Amino acid sequence: MRVNIWYFARIKEAVGCEQEQLDLPDSKTTVGDLVNALSDRGDRWQKALRDKSLLVAVNQAVASMETVIAEGDEIAFFPPVTGG
Amino acid sequence: MIRVQTEDFDLGREYQALRQASHSPGAIVTFTGLVRDLSDRQNITAMELEHYPGMTEKSLQAILDEASQRWSIDQVSVIHRVGKLGPDEQIVFVGVSSAHRRDAFAACQFVMDYLKTRAPFWKKEFTPEGAHWVEAKDSDSRAADEWRDG
Repeated sequence: MRVNIWYFARIKEAVGCEQEQLDLPDSKTTVGDLVNALSDRGDRWQKALRDKSLLVAVNQAVASMETVIAEGDEIAFFPPVTGG
Repeated sequence: MIRVQTEDFDLGREYQALRQASHSPGAIVTFTGLVRDLSDRQNITAMELEHYPGMTEKSLQAILDEASQRWSIDQVSVIHRVGKLGPDEQIVFVGVSSAHRRDAFAACQFVMDYLKTRAPFWKKEFTPEGAHWVEAKDSDSRAADEWRDG
């Protein structure tokens, strides 16, 4: 399945990527599975995505590592927010 | 009313717009957040605000919806700027109208506490020594948590 992934703030800087489309095997169904796949890319990805404070959204709603993802979903990874 | 924009806003104009949109409110409370020129004793020369277009608006709407459910309020407005800002510039505006001041004050405080911990914005501070991402503060999450117990 194809998903769209966004990276924000220091996560974006750490992995050197703002946005990408990724084809995942249909068996990889959760955000956690996606993180595992991305972490395999190397240390930079591993370090950024295994950060305990990492937040994730699926289709612009707060999600978690257990959230199931589907074809066409938009997934975003970002640090704790600091607006206001 | 929610606006996420790069442009500055005029407090007086926003207050009047809120007042016009309201139905004979007894109270209007407004809050403005600004860029300070000092952070950890370093001079801030600029601040950059990144956001997640789409989710930012949804998140703010959810916060305003909760405020409307929890307090008796008439209108609520939020304006949050993004992009590059200088010291002393305005960042955020929250305005609430209500029949009574207690609900207006509480709702305004709630919106700010939730915005600071839930809305997808990220601040980067620029100093003469370099740029760094602002870290989320425990005091902000504690403030947001206090609203959870109703």
